[in-house]
Amino acid sequence: MRDHIVQSISHIGAKLNHSIAFIGFTSKTIMAALFILVRGRAKAQPTRLRHLVAEINTAGIDALPIVILMSAMIGVMLAIQGIHSLRIFGAETQVTFGLALSIPREFAPLITGILVAGRSGSQLTSRVGSMRLNGEIDALTVMGISPMRFVVAPSFLALIICLPILVAIANIAAFGAAGLYIDASLGIGPQAYWADILAVVALEDLYHSFSKSLVFAILIGAISIAIGMRVSGGADILGKATTSSVVSCISAIIAADAAFALLL
Amino acid sequence: MSVPDRQAPPINVKSLQGGYHGQAVIHDCSMEIQAGEIVVIMGGSGSGKSTFLRHLIGLKEPMQGDVELFGQSLYHVDEFERLKLLKGIGVAFQSGALLSSMTVAQNVALPLIEHTDLDEATIDLIVRMKLDFVGLLGKEDLLPSELSGGMLKRAAVARAIALDPRLTFMDEPSAGLDPVIAAALDDLIIKLKETLGMSVVVVTHELESAFKIADRIVVLDRGYIIFTGTVAELKASPSQRIQNLINRVAEEEEFDPEAHLKRLFGED
Repeated sequence: MRDHIVQSISHIGAKLNHSIAFIGFTSKTIMAALFILVRGRAKAQPTRLRHLVAEINTAGIDALPIVILMSAMIGVMLAIQGIHSLRIFGAETQVTFGLALSIPREFAPLITGILVAGRSGSQLTSRVGSMRLNGEIDALTVMGISPMRFVVAPSFLALIICLPILVAIANIAAFGAAGLYIDASLGIGPQAYWADILAVVALEDLYHSFSKSLVFAILIGAISIAIGMRVSGGADILGKATTSSVVSCISAIIAADAAFALLL
Repeated sequence: MSVPDRQAPPINVKSLQGGYHGQAVIHDCSMEIQAGEIVVIMGGSGSGKSTFLRHLIGLKEPMQGDVELFGQSLYHVDEFERLKLLKGIGVAFQSGALLSSMTVAQNVALPLIEHTDLDEATIDLIVRMKLDFVGLLGKEDLLPSELSGGMLKRAAVARAIALDPRLTFMDEPSAGLDPVIAAALDDLIIKLKETLGMSVVVVTHELESAFKIADRIVVLDRGYIIFTGTVAELKASPSQRIQNLINRVAEEEEFDPEAHLKRLFGED
């Protein structure tokens, strides 16, 4: 019994130790990426525009269709649920207020964050991880090319640039699709709908949406890169790392979202 | 940072001690390589060759001692100075370690694009020259996954020499290749020295290849340098360990039943 308790405590201690080490490594990775973005040119390690453009293409442009589709569906679902709930009180025409308050502050950043974590986060972990396993990271280093500036910094910066833009597009797609549904089911025309939305959405809500997207981008970039950089072993480890990256990114996004809800 | 010393030896290893997780694998190793020399580092499996090489090429900080490239410390500088120093060497890894998302030509062009201001046409010409040198002209547009083992190693050599370094490292260049291709790679290494005046450090356990290309051989055994000299001196060495290595005789360890049992039960 005593041995069992000692073993359990030791197991928890080891997990805690591992988590602290991971947080330390992730923070170090973010700092190194930021340093190379700011001071890389002076240190003969500039982040190349063509690498950044390629990463923006992958993380941003390629993600557009799925982000627009999912956000539109969420917008329609919110409209359906809103109308259904408010009809009990005979207030279904007030559905626009619910949408205006919930889409920019909550649904657009959260759905986009989760989608980007699933797409770009997993892709980043598997790319960095396989580069490590194949010795490509070592090859870059011995060529005098910092892997931080060649692989990490462009991906990280691309996420920081793309996620707020994707969230803005997700807002428009969700509002647009919800507006079409409301027009069809309640007969509220586009002019009246958008006037209601714009009357309720405050600048603060957009700032909230933007801040969340920025924090989510940093979390996705840092976690997925850090997990990829720590990959060692074989192909099965890479698979596990990719899964772990998606789970960790989504968990971190939801935890950050909860913190935003509580604090702001 | 001072300017690299053209007179200094390309590499000078000073009392190097290194290993993993605080456990020393390399013990007090010192060696110097002269300009235009091919030095082969030999040793059996587990002798510490790969770890030693990682220390030499700046991938692993030593526990003690230092490595100097062209008269400058590789480890007593910050990361960016180290990267600058590493631009002066070329490394061809055992697996090739080509960037899998890039074609052969893009891989060879990478150091030229990243470290020079040359225009696209000049880079293209240099890439073709390097690929011609290693016998891969016409394979520019292939991806690493489309290359054979021998081609991968030659492409890695082409990338390693893209910037015409004064010092090139090659890790097991002929391992796993058929004798004809292995011999062609050996000829290529000699050609690097003779035509480009490069110093080459080759890590290998292939005796035939080592005897063919080496100006000097360094033998590592259990993390210690136990021999440095020419091929003739190696063959004439009275050391039993050296003779076992060159005659491919496995060393018999004295059997201690008590120690063996301890190891089996994990008590060691």
